[in-house]
Amino acid sequence: MKKKGVDFLLLLGSGLLVYCLIASLAWVGVIDEYYMQLLSVAGVYIIVALSLNLITGFTGQLALGHAGFMSIGAYTAAIFVMRASLPLLPSVLLGGLVSAVFGFAIGFPTLRLRGDYLAITTLGFGEIIRVVLNNLEGLTGGSAGLQGIPSFSDTGNYTLDAIIKFSWIFAFFVATVATISNLIRSSPGRVIVSVREDEIASTSMGNDVTRYKMIAFTVSAFFAGIGGGLFSALIGYLNPSDFNFLYSVNFVVIAVLGGLGSLTGTVLGGLVFTFAQEWLRVLGDFRLVVFGLLLILLMIFWQSGIMGNKELSITGLVRRIFRKGGRAQ
Amino acid sequence: MVFLQQLVNGISLGSVYSLIAIGYTMVYGIVKLINFAHGDILMIGAFCGYYAFLWAQGSASPVLAVAFAFLLAMAISALVGVIIEKTCYKPLRNAPRINALITAIGVSIVLENGARVIPFMGPNPRQVSIPEAFKGVFALGGLTISKVQVLTLATSLVLMVVLTAFVQLTRTGKAMRAVSHDMDAAQLMGISVNRIVSITFAIGAALGGAAGVLYAMNFPMINPYMGIMPGLKAFIAAVFGGIGSIPGAMIGGLVMGVAETLTKGFISSKLADAVAFGILIVILLVRPSGLLGKSAREKV
Repeated sequence: MKKKGVDFLLLLGSGLLVYCLIASLAWVGVIDEYYMQLLSVAGVYIIVALSLNLITGFTGQLALGHAGFMSIGAYTAAIFVMRASLPLLPSVLLGGLVSAVFGFAIGFPTLRLRGDYLAITTLGFGEIIRVVLNNLEGLTGGSAGLQGIPSFSDTGNYTLDAIIKFSWIFAFFVATVATISNLIRSSPGRVIVSVREDEIASTSMGNDVTRYKMIAFTVSAFFAGIGGGLFSALIGYLNPSDFNFLYSVNFVVIAVLGGLGSLTGTVLGGLVFTFAQEWLRVLGDFRLVVFGLLLILLMIFWQSGIMGNKELSITGLVRRIFRKGGRAQ
Repeated sequence: MVFLQQLVNGISLGSVYSLIAIGYTMVYGIVKLINFAHGDILMIGAFCGYYAFLWAQGSASPVLAVAFAFLLAMAISALVGVIIEKTCYKPLRNAPRINALITAIGVSIVLENGARVIPFMGPNPRQVSIPEAFKGVFALGGLTISKVQVLTLATSLVLMVVLTAFVQLTRTGKAMRAVSHDMDAAQLMGISVNRIVSITFAIGAALGGAAGVLYAMNFPMINPYMGIMPGLKAFIAAVFGGIGSIPGAMIGGLVMGVAETLTKGFISSKLADAVAFGILIVILLVRPSGLLGKSAREKV
């Protein structure tokens, strides 16, 4: 019990430390607004990629439609903020909830299937959502997009605005990491991982495999929706055609790049992915060609990603340092 | 009558989907890979057709021009297909399947955006100049069937018959069926798995290239991204028919084409894509292994 408390404080402390470091660097101008925006975008990508990693990396079920869940969250949050004048926080949470409901509805029939079928169904689902959003013109603005979504903060001071935006996203990022890592370590989480390792063995241990896949999938859809809600307030403009199949693929790439089944890997993967995409812009028309080639080379020569399925553990690091210090005395 | 007309249009479009779906289903049947780059092979085939028609303009025989277009498209597509397989997919044959899947998506991104920067393909849409002899329609009672539609149906039919004969009657076809049934056992029987996989990719890509020419003749504006949607739809057709089953892919393609034209004709042209994916989800719920697919029992 005591060990858990220390771990929790350590994690909270290191999270706060990272946050204060970035915020103060932004305040003095070392990190400019452009990079703050990039970090915020990376944060949203990481939240969605973490949710994808839960279902693909930890449960072993490939999902190719997370842009669909993200767009549901984004549109729900934006519509509640704009049409119902709800504050941002409940709107984002509602976006997550609606997305989770859709996740439940999609997952309920399809998670009984094995193999690539979930991948195909989620792909189809993502495309259907996109087409439907395009056609609900009264609500979503259709293919012209939804403009003028209120931002997190509009003080007129760009630096302050950038820091406030980042703070929101960082808070949700921490909450996502905490929820998913606690879920993985809980008793249902152990069952979820056992499904990935061997579905048949898990079933024969008496686990209701479909039920645990459902839990993972619904939670995953929830956080993808949260990511979408944050995205809508961060960017201020939504267009259904942005949430296409390739957008879903981005999150799979982040999760695989970081290492399937590693939360810290996903965080690193999200940062690398966002910044690499931005830096590759100098290549102009060749950007996506190079991006595709890099993707192929990475998949062939670096199959387990940055972290594999290991975690970078702050508590483990701190404990190791202290133990070494103790020995030296 | 309108219904019959839409049905004819649907079958014509569907036969193109069938040709593409065969490529997906053959590759999936053997290496268990959703080859996302297959739709872009269609695009390459369409561009080959575009240049073949351009060069053959004013030549003596329009039939020769079309034959040249198909040969060129199928040869180049097959070549591209084999190169992709040898360089990108072969090193990943024993890797986690998600790596192979992302590689396929990477190949697709490279092909699409590579086509954008290559000067003789380029980002702008191009108009395909179909030989004069193939323009115009036949009128049968109240139905009108364009010459291109007749050509589409005839070509797909011939290609499918040839393929079925090849797979069922030749030694190589037998080897292909063996590898798709059990790769390790086939290897133990002395079948060169690498060779069979390459042949499979070559045949699948050649059919995709032919489908590209047909698609370009039916919808004569071509661009580097044209392969994405027909590719996805043909993939759904393959799942519908039972992935791994060649006759299944043929039927699935036809159903997909008919469903799409009927939706466009009677419900809403905007929702046609959603209906295609809706069909997919319903089929997976009712019959997860597809129309003609075998539901494999998993043995421990």
